[in-house]
Amino acid sequence: MKRLYSKASVDMSNIPLQQGQADLEIHTSNPSLKSRLFQRLTKKRSDETNLAGYIFISPWLIGFLLLTLWPMVQSFYLSFTEYSLLDEPVWVGSENYSNIFLKDDLFYKSLSVTFAFVIISVPLKLFFSLMVAMLLNKNLKGMSFYRTAIYFPSLIGTSVAVAVLWRNMFGADGYVNQILGWFGIEGVGWISNPDTSLGTLILLTTWQFGSTMVIFLAGLKQIPTDLYESASVDGAGAIKKFFHITLPMLSPVMFFNLVLGVIGSFQMFTQAFIITKGGPVNSTYTYALFLFEKAFKHYQMGYASSLAWILLVIIAILTGINFAVSRYWVFYESDGRGSK
Amino acid sequence: MSISRSKLSKMTNHAFLLIFSLVMLYPVFWWIGASLKKNEEMSLATIWPKVPMWENFTKGWVANTEYTFTHFFTNTLVMEFWNVIGAVFTSAVVAYGFARLNFKFKGLWFSILLLTMMLPSQVTIIPQYIMYNTFGLTNSYIPLVLPHFFGGGAFFIFLLVQFIRGIPRELDEAAKMDGASVYVIFFKIILPLLKPSLVTVAIFTFIWSWDDFFGQVLYLSSIDKYTVGLALKMFVDQFEVQWGQLLAMSLVSIVPSALLFFFAQKHFLEGIATSGLKG
Repeated sequence: MKRLYSKASVDMSNIPLQQGQADLEIHTSNPSLKSRLFQRLTKKRSDETNLAGYIFISPWLIGFLLLTLWPMVQSFYLSFTEYSLLDEPVWVGSENYSNIFLKDDLFYKSLSVTFAFVIISVPLKLFFSLMVAMLLNKNLKGMSFYRTAIYFPSLIGTSVAVAVLWRNMFGADGYVNQILGWFGIEGVGWISNPDTSLGTLILLTTWQFGSTMVIFLAGLKQIPTDLYESASVDGAGAIKKFFHITLPMLSPVMFFNLVLGVIGSFQMFTQAFIITKGGPVNSTYTYALFLFEKAFKHYQMGYASSLAWILLVIIAILTGINFAVSRYWVFYESDGRGSK
Repeated sequence: MSISRSKLSKMTNHAFLLIFSLVMLYPVFWWIGASLKKNEEMSLATIWPKVPMWENFTKGWVANTEYTFTHFFTNTLVMEFWNVIGAVFTSAVVAYGFARLNFKFKGLWFSILLLTMMLPSQVTIIPQYIMYNTFGLTNSYIPLVLPHFFGGGAFFIFLLVQFIRGIPRELDEAAKMDGASVYVIFFKIILPLLKPSLVTVAIFTFIWSWDDFFGQVLYLSSIDKYTVGLALKMFVDQFEVQWGQLLAMSLVSIVPSALLFFFAQKHFLEGIATSGLKG
């Protein structure tokens, strides 16, 4: 992201300068006329390019104002009201928030379930996808077959189909227990047991590490090979190369995956909704599921809006922490400091 | 010595990858087998049933007496058609604006665009729902299709901006010399060059909206409007589930995405790599 930003700033500073120079050369005879002409010319030009720019980004801009910014304002207002869709919203001040923090056990339950999910599944996914990306980065024959095979589970994503599959495989007399039986291990009902139900969902999301892996793969391909070559000349082994070249060079990509991974898994919904419905004993009752039920099952729109804003604050804090810590471990090629 | 060593390491790599691929695909193999099983056979450890029940597919297809899966597939594909059209056209337009044109507050808007990638959808979903509800647009495809016509999502715009920045500026400059306006430059020069990235956008849009269960369950309530995903969910919630038929239909439901993936695999995986997505 830093790289992109610096490129953009270069573009912007260069172009007006060149135009100004051209104007200077043409109208050197009369200084005052020159400067007025210059002003008018640049003003006209900037009006035109402004208009063109806004025409081009207008689809996104309209969508942003209509479907993001305005709803955000509304959602913030609603979070201080009681609203059931049928009647008008009733202002209740900070009552929703105080109820959530002081009285709602489900809030704390869903929060702890979600934290557990994030803390285990994100590192697991990062680890697996990096390892596999490194294997796939080698120039071997049949690579497209491996890539397809490994990516395939991610392709079916969060569809109902995969949820059905999971429910069946990890059921009490499902397939997984049959396999365990061969080794004399008596399996449990993985999904119906509150101790293991969240684990099966973590396993499911880890199984689908494809898109994280693709981004790692793209990052690996951008590491210059001469770095490895000169390290080999210096007698560095594979492990040394990994820790001294691959990891530092890949750290911006790792950071990107980490930030988006945390944000994404904090909103985990579909799997919990279809496979476990939050149960058993709320062991998989994720925050997004809690919020969804408050809003669209109990029609407590105000309460759910407060939950949404708490979620936003939590995600903002976690992302902020991620950014703050990143300066200690994320390495940028051009300059190590002050990068964003 | 060194040759045999590199051969050995190649072999271990192959072995690793092969085992790993099999582990990854194992549930899928089981799935294919199970879709041909009877209910009683479901928990047996054999992958392939003794007698494959091909009628799981034919019976599953018409399991809902009111509507067959033909209806649900048509619904989903029509919705997908508009989603893909919307995302492909508007994402390219918006990305060109951000990548090539200079306008006031561009930096600010672009930062906001990147920030929206991190915004949890829960913050906007309730007012959006209320809005669509007020206009009587719930239980229609409008809430599912419309967002794709607003740039197709921040991620795609970002992806295409990166790609356009990789196109040499000389091409634009030359056209500008010939008196071409930015609009002509976009349609005649940039858009044709964007084709490979737009294929990526199309494929991702298709697969992600196919899997977007949250939006579908929220906005579609009557069975005649159901997508394939919702039809499957309805199947799951039945009192006595015919697992074989259900798994058969689930398998059929991923066929469109799988076909797209196999035919456009190169684009799909390298589209991201070539546009230089870097943190």
